[in-house]
Amino acid sequence: MNIRNILIIARKDWMEVRQNKYAWVPMLIVPAIFVVVLPLIFTLLIPALSVSPQDVLNSDTDIQFFLERMPPQLSQYIDLQNPMQSMLVIMLGIMFAPMFLILPLMYATTFASESFAGERERKTMEALLYTPASDAELFLGKVAAAAIPSIGVTWLGFALYTLILNLAPYPYIQRIWFPLPTWWPLIFWITPALVVLGISLTVIISARVQNFLGAYQTSAAVVLLVVLLFAGQMSGVLYLSVGVEMLIGLFFWAAAAGLTALAVGGFNREALLKG
Amino acid sequence: MNMNAVILCEDVSFAYNGIPALHGQSFDVQTGEVFALLGPNGAGKTTSIRILNGLLKPQSGRCRVLGLDPSAQGALIRRRTGVLTETPALYERLSAWQNLHFFGALAGLSVEEIDARGAYYLDLFELGGRAGDRVETYSKGMKQRLALARALLHGPELLFLDEPTSGMDPAAARQVEELIYQVSKRENRSVVLCTHRLYEAEKVCDRVAVMKKGSVLASGSLDDLRARFAPQVRVAIRFQLMPALNTLEAVRNLRGVASLNTRNGNDWELRLESTGVIPVIVRMLVEAGASVEAVIPSRASLEDIYLQLQTNEHEALQ
Repeated sequence: MNIRNILIIARKDWMEVRQNKYAWVPMLIVPAIFVVVLPLIFTLLIPALSVSPQDVLNSDTDIQFFLERMPPQLSQYIDLQNPMQSMLVIMLGIMFAPMFLILPLMYATTFASESFAGERERKTMEALLYTPASDAELFLGKVAAAAIPSIGVTWLGFALYTLILNLAPYPYIQRIWFPLPTWWPLIFWITPALVVLGISLTVIISARVQNFLGAYQTSAAVVLLVVLLFAGQMSGVLYLSVGVEMLIGLFFWAAAAGLTALAVGGFNREALLKG
Repeated sequence: MNMNAVILCEDVSFAYNGIPALHGQSFDVQTGEVFALLGPNGAGKTTSIRILNGLLKPQSGRCRVLGLDPSAQGALIRRRTGVLTETPALYERLSAWQNLHFFGALAGLSVEEIDARGAYYLDLFELGGRAGDRVETYSKGMKQRLALARALLHGPELLFLDEPTSGMDPAAARQVEELIYQVSKRENRSVVLCTHRLYEAEKVCDRVAVMKKGSVLASGSLDDLRARFAPQVRVAIRFQLMPALNTLEAVRNLRGVASLNTRNGNDWELRLESTGVIPVIVRMLVEAGASVEAVIPSRASLEDIYLQLQTNEHEALQ
């Protein structure tokens, strides 16, 4: 295994994506909404509009239900004596957590679709197959090309989110309150697992479809996992406490390992040419 | 195995998902030789290149390339071969330089080597002035020339060229033909050429294999193929004054004359078993009162033999 070849392949893919603004500009819009716009609405706009946080929390029966069933591992972070702070913790600290996982999934499936199916769509795959790089180096180069920016951008997004959630409401909260402990496993345990899962799924799908869009649309269905987590939490069935997150992460890693084994098995020159 | 053979294929068969692509293919290529795989689309030329470079594993038969087994040592072979694919297969959002750096680095070249060799080939193919531009802005011929530069960049011992002059103007095509000559004759590297341009193959190739539906119908030098499939000499005769019909009949009955047919008015074509009988025929015609403007002997072209093989496939295989 030649690490140099893996990095050469990954670097080429990054160069290609960088040259294609139609690929990376849309990928900035979703995180901009999740990481910047929504937090600023909650931290700056709602207080400026003089909307009562108490009213916001009491206005929705789902939120009431969500609060009533919340386990003590999470409810300990909510100080109902401080309604504004409570609203931020509930909305941006707890409820919003699973939605944040959309970012690594979106990046992973987009980068991987571009990298695997896109190469075939643009008819550049064969020239790549005629290089001395081994099948494993090609696979890992492509995985690195998708995984490193997916994880990296998610972590950068998390850093920015942390900055905004602490700085914007600082005048009225007067303390650093984010990240909650539940975010650490979410970002550093579940996120990489989801990225690997998304890439492996995309590689498997890319072997069966001929173009970027087909691979992207099919593999993007994995976002359902995140929607399930969000719905599970909102319905009071599954709260993302640290323990639960560790277990979910373990499940995702196991699924990712299984799918990666499948993807590696199907990733060889002959299969790519016959497919 | 011939010790000079850089490629040896014996009875190789391959199918894509049950659809046969190669059927008992056998041929060899010698060091420093330009060898052409000729055949219509679907004949198995591209599949042959893929198998020889270890991209596909033959389902039966065996191959050796540069003394290595492509099924097990594909990466080692690909380090020593250069392939121009049927489509240029370049990264269009990247510049020519970025493309060459990517493929050169994967071939194991250092940045300095890529810079030096890349500059040489970009200048040779008149792309130096556009080397920093995105490939998507190039014409079809420019892309083809860049793809050729990519195939040559790492100094391969064995070069596979799939339709190398496709999309090129005549001047650029001639440049490629000269390059093929230089690579094989001066640098003693071997070239496998897949082409539909039979005139091109006839000019640059030492030997050819004519393929159809995954089988080699015949292989050899043009002289070998002529001897086997088109041994007769053609002679075009143009009369200023036609001889009498009985003279033509007498010529037709001469020993060594296979046929005599009119082509267009005063233009006639003789088919002879050898050129030795030509002076006898000319004397006979002149003595009979004919005025002969031109006598032009020629041999069957590669195109003639190719078309004959493609239409008489069964005879060729026998």
